[in-house]
Amino acid sequence: MTPVVEGLIAALLIMGGSFGLIGSFGLLKLRQPMQRLHAPTKATTIGVGAALFASALGLALLGHGIAWQEILVSVFLFLTAPLSALYLAKTHLLRSIDRRELPPSGTGAPWATLAQQGSQVSPSKN
Amino acid sequence: MKRVLPHPVLSVTLALLWLLLANRWTLGSLLMALILATLIPLLSAQWWPDRPQVRRPLALVGYILLVVRDVIVASFQVARIILFLPADRIRSAWITVPLDLTQPEAISLLAGTITMTPGTLTADLSSDGRALLVHALHAPDPKAIRDEIKTRYEARLKRIFA
Repeated sequence: MTPVVEGLIAALLIMGGSFGLIGSFGLLKLRQPMQRLHAPTKATTIGVGAALFASALGLALLGHGIAWQEILVSVFLFLTAPLSALYLAKTHLLRSIDRRELPPSGTGAPWATLAQQGSQVSPSKN
Repeated sequence: MKRVLPHPVLSVTLALLWLLLANRWTLGSLLMALILATLIPLLSAQWWPDRPQVRRPLALVGYILLVVRDVIVASFQVARIILFLPADRIRSAWITVPLDLTQPEAISLLAGTITMTPGTLTADLSSDGRALLVHALHAPDPKAIRDEIKTRYEARLKRIFA
């Protein structure tokens, strides 16, 4: 491996680590739960992405061929990160948000999470 | 044929995924890939009532590249907001995005794109499936973000899905 490529891999690893750190710092700094959800879903994505890219680059140059598993990890990351974020957001909407804060959907139908709430909450009210 | 393989594209994807995960090109892993590619679509068929109608697969590849590029660019913007903007000056907002898309698969892809591109997050879908509830981390102008989602992502998805 040439020093240039080694430097590039090192830079990618540092970038990945920095974004992970920034994401965690965002969790500390931001104040509302919905804001906090932004920090880890974003900064971490590119942080992990940079680390995976560095790994794939290293493997390719060491003669191990294309690192399919690194590509798979990033594909699964892109598939699962939005879902976990969506479920955290829906839980937050259901349990702790003042629904007057939310804008109307504009279609005449309520937001799905809140539409289901009526039937789920009414038994426990009695 | 349709009963054994209700979703051919899903089956091919699953077989390929398994072979890549196993990372060994042997008869055994090929056999396992075929078994999984047959069983998983059959067992999950009730959650896939229709096949997604992808009209332009090549445009889908272009869309994925666009999203990856946007994720990288916008990550730096969010990092800047987190690092340098005082917490009491971050103007978060809820945004309603009315949908023109009707296919569930296309809406899921749009919702995922909104979450993955930094600064915005899909929080909910209206119960009739015609609007998305989006939370923006820092949105001095919420309407501009709504318009960007519609022109940059939804319009492209409309062309990709029939």
